[in-house]
Amino acid sequence: MPSQPLSITSAGAALRSGETTSVELLAAVMSRAEMTESELHCYLNLDREGAMSAARRADRELDRGEDRGPLHGIPVAVKDNMCTRGLETTCSSKILAGYRPPYDATAVARLREAGAVIVGKTNLDEFAMGSSTENSAYGPTRNPWDTGRVPGGSSGGSAAAVAAGSAIAALGSDTGGSIRQPASLCGVVGLKPTYGLVSRYGLVAFASSLDQIGPLTRTVRDAALLLSAVAGHDPADATSYAGQTPDFAGSLDRGVDGLRLGVVKELGGEGYQPEVSEATEMMLEKLAARGAEVTEVSLPLFDVALSAYYLIAPAECSANLARFDGMRYGLSVKGSTASDTMSDTRAEGFGPEVIRRILLGTYALSAGYFDAFYGQAQKVRSLLLDEFSEAYEKVDVLVSPTSPTTAFRLGERTQDPLAMYMSDICTIPSNLSGHPAISVPIGLDSEGLPIGFQVMAPALGERLMMAVAAEVERLAGFDALPPPALAPPPGVPL
Amino acid sequence: MPIDVDVAHVASLARLGLSPDRLDRYREELGVILDHAARVQEVDTSSALPLAHPLGQTNVFRADEVRPSLDRDEVLEMAPESRDGFFVTSPALD
Amino acid sequence: MKWEPVIGIEVHVELDTDSKMFCGCRVSFGDPPNTHVCPVCLALPGSLPVPNRKAIQEIIRLGLALNCRINPDSVFHRKNYYYADLPKNYQISQFDVPVCVDGWLDVESDETRFRVGIERVHMEEDTGKSVHVGEGGRIHSAAETLVDFNRAGTPLVEIVSRPDLKSAADARTYAQELRAVVVETGVSDARMERGSIRFDANVSIRPEGSPRLGVKVEIKNMNSFRSLEKAIRSEIGRQTALVTAGERVVMETRHWDEEAEVTHGMRTKEGSSDYRYFTEPDLAPMAFDSSWVEEARSLLPELPALRRDRYRGMGVRPAAARVLASSDPRLRSLFEEAVESGADPVAAGNWVTGEVTASLRRREASVGELPLRGDQIAALTRMVSEGRVSAGAAREVLEGVMDGEGSPSEVATRRNLLQLSDRTALEEVVEEVMAANPEAVERYRSGEGKVRGYLMGQVMRATSGRADPRAVNEILSARL
Repeated sequence: MPSQPLSITSAGAALRSGETTSVELLAAVMSRAEMTESELHCYLNLDREGAMSAARRADRELDRGEDRGPLHGIPVAVKDNMCTRGLETTCSSKILAGYRPPYDATAVARLREAGAVIVGKTNLDEFAMGSSTENSAYGPTRNPWDTGRVPGGSSGGSAAAVAAGSAIAALGSDTGGSIRQPASLCGVVGLKPTYGLVSRYGLVAFASSLDQIGPLTRTVRDAALLLSAVAGHDPADATSYAGQTPDFAGSLDRGVDGLRLGVVKELGGEGYQPEVSEATEMMLEKLAARGAEVTEVSLPLFDVALSAYYLIAPAECSANLARFDGMRYGLSVKGSTASDTMSDTRAEGFGPEVIRRILLGTYALSAGYFDAFYGQAQKVRSLLLDEFSEAYEKVDVLVSPTSPTTAFRLGERTQDPLAMYMSDICTIPSNLSGHPAISVPIGLDSEGLPIGFQVMAPALGERLMMAVAAEVERLAGFDALPPPALAPPPGVPL
Repeated sequence: MPIDVDVAHVASLARLGLSPDRLDRYREELGVILDHAARVQEVDTSSALPLAHPLGQTNVFRADEVRPSLDRDEVLEMAPESRDGFFVTSPALD
Repeated sequence: MKWEPVIGIEVHVELDTDSKMFCGCRVSFGDPPNTHVCPVCLALPGSLPVPNRKAIQEIIRLGLALNCRINPDSVFHRKNYYYADLPKNYQISQFDVPVCVDGWLDVESDETRFRVGIERVHMEEDTGKSVHVGEGGRIHSAAETLVDFNRAGTPLVEIVSRPDLKSAADARTYAQELRAVVVETGVSDARMERGSIRFDANVSIRPEGSPRLGVKVEIKNMNSFRSLEKAIRSEIGRQTALVTAGERVVMETRHWDEEAEVTHGMRTKEGSSDYRYFTEPDLAPMAFDSSWVEEARSLLPELPALRRDRYRGMGVRPAAARVLASSDPRLRSLFEEAVESGADPVAAGNWVTGEVTASLRRREASVGELPLRGDQIAALTRMVSEGRVSAGAAREVLEGVMDGEGSPSEVATRRNLLQLSDRTALEEVVEEVMAANPEAVERYRSGEGKVRGYLMGQVMRATSGRADPRAVNEILSARL
């Protein structure tokens, strides 16, 4: 029996060798969920029936020799801000309690098309707004490595499920770090693709110009496989990238020899947990030893990226969330006028962080403040993109920690929005630029909490980025697991 | 110094029916966050054009072709209230 | 002090595409509620808009017809406001870079001729429809609101004029001319009764001759050209009365009450006019190179103003040319075919705008039922110019043709309307008349000139009025 937890790659091999079936894989994942959910609360909704019938179909197809590719028969979890036809989709918000979309998000449809088995819908910060999954109307998700700590967010449910083995892989969404930061805090791989690479159709919008769907997986190869399944042009998303998508898994063995790695000067030092900085430093030395040319690069605007982000994202969200008005779907608190119904429904249905951001964004767009806030932030965004471009003339990829700290305690930052926002300081710039970035686990701190390493690349630079990430993965040899009660199941269940 | 936001006005723009004490709390928090966000104003952006679309594609259109609509029963089943094929809400004005 | 009004008109036109602006639902009218809706036009969570290429081509065509410049780069914005029939609670519209800018329209009526500047023509989407149910169905007393989203997302073009209009009558003339252009380009059926074209007016007044603009009031809810004119006139009156009484005009939106013939102020909600426009992040920017513009231009039909000038160049009387240029295309082609078949343009223009139109009206028939061809008009005008029928008889011939009795000459023959111009036959008649009235002949010859008229009348009577008066005169002169 293999000792490593299941990955898409190993499970796929076991499926094809006849060692296991999709139904057995699903059963293993479901039994993990049963064991851990009361403790972790990764899922808002486990789709036992739907998943079982998908697993049976996957098995029948494989029996007939119909192979849909690497995701065929693999249990995958989906963040609950992606629409699943007929399956409750709440975005962790009271305002969407009981809402069953009449359609599948494109990414979900592509997962089904690829033969994946959708296990259920994972918990998140309400409407993906947050960095700890504490802003869920249905209760927080806990970190499998230490249940007193947050899994990060907003894709905390997806990250924790993969870390705990209640899913083999998961989809998350990343607007300011919502895939990479929880991946880092939960010790899994998390990838935010280039903006436009994965269709946003059916992803409940938080900030349209920043949102991207991406994979959370156990390995870099798995991330490449899952990304390949969901990426590609979608005519239903006018911001979808129209070009050909490359073979993301094609250069994982390339190594880093001769590659120029730029260490972002602004992402380190004061405010960073020393053990995070040390682990990062050590990894850079190892990469240099493998032939990478490591230099320090300064991108001064990274210092204001957070400020720009907290104007742009809330501004877009203030419009995106306007549709939740209590008339066509979701919660309705009826008032004496249509306007009262809207106001009362929204005040009742949205949680504090969502309201905070709607107010913030409304203010930033309002008459008299637009130029100084939203308009200025968009200009800063444009200059930041220029700064990235300059940096990429000198280096092939940029690297940094994924998060300044390892997982923090539940409640530690809930009373201080700004401190919470700081959790995303390393991840936000890539959302503003639309560039891809990935987090790979590289070790544990002294409290046994995972540390993530971030690799950033220019637009559509996923292949090179993943070559570096795969090398980081090999060099880190990260094989630690959460405490036994919450660790993923070993190998193939037989 | 925290920025003083007319949070009642902003809440009314955003159709959020917040109680006075909730408004007070948000005013305080928003002031602090905006004070931090205002750091964007320290950047010289005189040479910059605002960036709204990271990908840089233009002219993304669809052909003028009719596609099937949703089934009305399915649509109205989602609605908190419906009648005779219509969505129902409170009157526009009191 | 004398006050002068300053008026601008905002026109909304629903484009005649098959599918909606941002989704594949059918553009419809009068269908059961909520039967043409999908995740996009219902604003279900997660849905995204994709713009209709045809609508963009159509707005460019309309912009060119209104002499606009096409912005080489244009973007969509979100216009944020909450309303029950606006599904996203923002409208995808355009703000500072609309598709078309800086055009004009030349307008003409019996009394005046003027040019109205077009500030912008921009693309947006229509809202759904609210039905306010309650006593009398009026907004103010409604008990609840029923909403139908079939119309939501219909491509909508807004045409904003400059405040160049000086009177309610001019505003009406402009609106009519604009509608003619819209119909001509074929971008919309522009039916006011269906709301596929809608007019709002911005009205202010200022001391006569002042260069400054007064406080602007927007008036809505006019459902005919007549009510547009009345509403503006009423609003000018209201504002003038206010300032004359020393009060001030308040910036607001007012509703036209068709029955009471007054405008009512609408209750405005606090801050409701802060639309917080920002670039629509879900839609890529647009870039129109010359190929877009040239393609649109090549598909542009001849427009009323140019056609008017062309008709005048052909010699058509100015008034007839104006009527004809903006008339139903079938009426115009009747005229054009008549000229092609050899009719004199002046006569053909007069016939089509005069007698043909009048006859249709008498028959309570539509132009679509017109039982007439251009070559028949040509034949008729020829018969008149050649003196084969009199002007009066020609009208009767037209009636006959329209009654389906055959070609003009067949009708004239059958109804015995042809003029007698056969010399020998007329000479015989004159002989007979002279023989029957010897004393009259005698009196004429003795110098009593006016008796000639009597004799002429006798000849006409003998021929039932069909005698060619010129020929009769000649014969009389010779015989007397």
